[in-house]
Amino acid sequence: MPHAEVNVPASPAKGHAVPLHRLAHARAGDKGDRLNLVLFAFEPHHYETLVEQVTEERVLALFAHRGASRVRRYLMPGLAGMNLVIDDVLQGGVNGALNLDGHGKTLSYLLLGMSVVVDEA
Amino acid sequence: MTFLLGSGAGFSGDRTDAAIPVVRELIRRGQPAALIFETLGERTLAAAHRAMRDDPAAGYEPLLEELLTPVLDDCLKHGIAILGNFGAANPDGACRVVAELAARSERGGASIGRVHGDDIRARLGELDLQRWEAESRELPGEEALISANVYLGAAPLVEALEFGAEVVVSGRVADPALFLAPLVHHFGWAWNDWDRLAAGMMAGHLGECGAQVTGGYFADPGVKDVPGLATVGYPIIEVEEDGTLVVTKPAGTGGMVTARTVKEQLLYEVHDPANYLTPDVVVDLSSVRVEELGPDRVAVSGIRGKPAPQRLKTTVCYEGGWQGEAEISYAGPNALARAQLAAEVLRERLTFRAPPELRSRLDIVGHASVFDSDAGDLQRRLLTAAGGDYRLRLAAEHAERRWVERATQELLALYCAGPAGGGGVRRQFQRRVCTASYLVKRSDVEAFATLFDATLFETKMVNERRVAHAAR
Repeated sequence: MPHAEVNVPASPAKGHAVPLHRLAHARAGDKGDRLNLVLFAFEPHHYETLVEQVTEERVLALFAHRGASRVRRYLMPGLAGMNLVIDDVLQGGVNGALNLDGHGKTLSYLLLGMSVVVDEA
Repeated sequence: MTFLLGSGAGFSGDRTDAAIPVVRELIRRGQPAALIFETLGERTLAAAHRAMRDDPAAGYEPLLEELLTPVLDDCLKHGIAILGNFGAANPDGACRVVAELAARSERGGASIGRVHGDDIRARLGELDLQRWEAESRELPGEEALISANVYLGAAPLVEALEFGAEVVVSGRVADPALFLAPLVHHFGWAWNDWDRLAAGMMAGHLGECGAQVTGGYFADPGVKDVPGLATVGYPIIEVEEDGTLVVTKPAGTGGMVTARTVKEQLLYEVHDPANYLTPDVVVDLSSVRVEELGPDRVAVSGIRGKPAPQRLKTTVCYEGGWQGEAEISYAGPNALARAQLAAEVLRERLTFRAPPELRSRLDIVGHASVFDSDAGDLQRRLLTAAGGDYRLRLAAEHAERRWVERATQELLALYCAGPAGGGGVRRQFQRRVCTASYLVKRSDVEAFATLFDATLFETKMVNERRVAHAAR
């Protein structure tokens, strides 16, 4: 089981479970206590899988243990990706957190550890 | 004619030799160009104010001399303007450094512009402040306040270029405004030409983090491989008069510019892509297109702009007490169990050895650290590994240093009173500077430029005209 995914609802899709890392790349950015994660499908045909399975609910559950209060998802179909904006997840942000990574820069890989279900093995 | 924007640094602490190949390429191309140093984050501005409190001569980018020395001569000789927010908390101090470097250059001097108006600390009490939407903190009391700086737009930077500045020194400005300013100056774009201003801001957004758009902060071995990270080329953005953008990098450098590297940076630190707020324009990326034109050449188009916001973001820095950190290692058989036992011992000790308001967290690096919450949910939940190499870290924060010393002292004491085989203890303390963000009325902010007079070692008004943001 990938790190921290204990509380994340299973994807409703049927097929083969893989980490998001196989389908997509991501980068984290921070402003204050707000984190944004940009996520892009490597292949355009996986974009719909991301839209269907990387939902605001699942992402909020993935970051619930960090105190995340809200996730907003902005779809960017022209770029085969999305922007996920997560509030109150940095436990103080760069100048207030006790975390080694106060920016939350490593959290792009927490997202990429999330399970998604694909048809192909 | 194409204008070239080169990036020389993307944050404070960036590589100080990065600008050399960029400047070499700008000279080789012989087109009008500017070189931008972006060295001021939320964290670094707070650190600069802290440094200036301890030493009034400090407070500007500590690497300024190292960043400029290798390229200043060439830029002055070839008419490449240099713009940087390396003034941080002390732009006058940075101007002095630039003046001294320029005095030693072949030219024997340079025209240095200095941007004013971002520091609103003295007026904070009288301004109409609105809380930034993601801000949950209350405005600190006067006694805790260290600084308050507005994110200025490009107008005062343009004014400095109009005065003939060859090096422009600012404190807090919106990072991409450093890139927009030479475009407005060169092309004569109007301040209500929203689509062009938006394209210029996005040229800045793509370039402001240096190598983050050219393969830096992108590599993931076997998944996203990047050649030559040790010599990664910093970006050059080609901009046309109509706002057309191409991202590229100097020939012969490492890294790569692909649609993927550009897309990751395009939305970096962006919230709503249809309403990316900057001081000079609201950028709409809904229809943005990213297209590979050839090796290391990516075009970005379809950027739209909307009228500038009526309020400007302000970041307030204030005293945040003390933070201490201490670490100890456990390795070999049953290492994780020993590290977990040590964490439990510390948790119990702190309940009666430290006051209840002490904030603390414990990480076990190698097991559960950066992904974890302050409460340690993951550390308790994950399966125990048989062996390994673990590092237990305690971080604690309190208004008084003595309580942070007391708490971290408990980790040191694990040497003799904790589990078997712990070693490599380290401990450090630092003063904390906290930040909070607010919005101020554009009409309350007066931003302008002056030329720095190296003979007087102070800034001198060369013109009574002041560019108030509200007035343009």
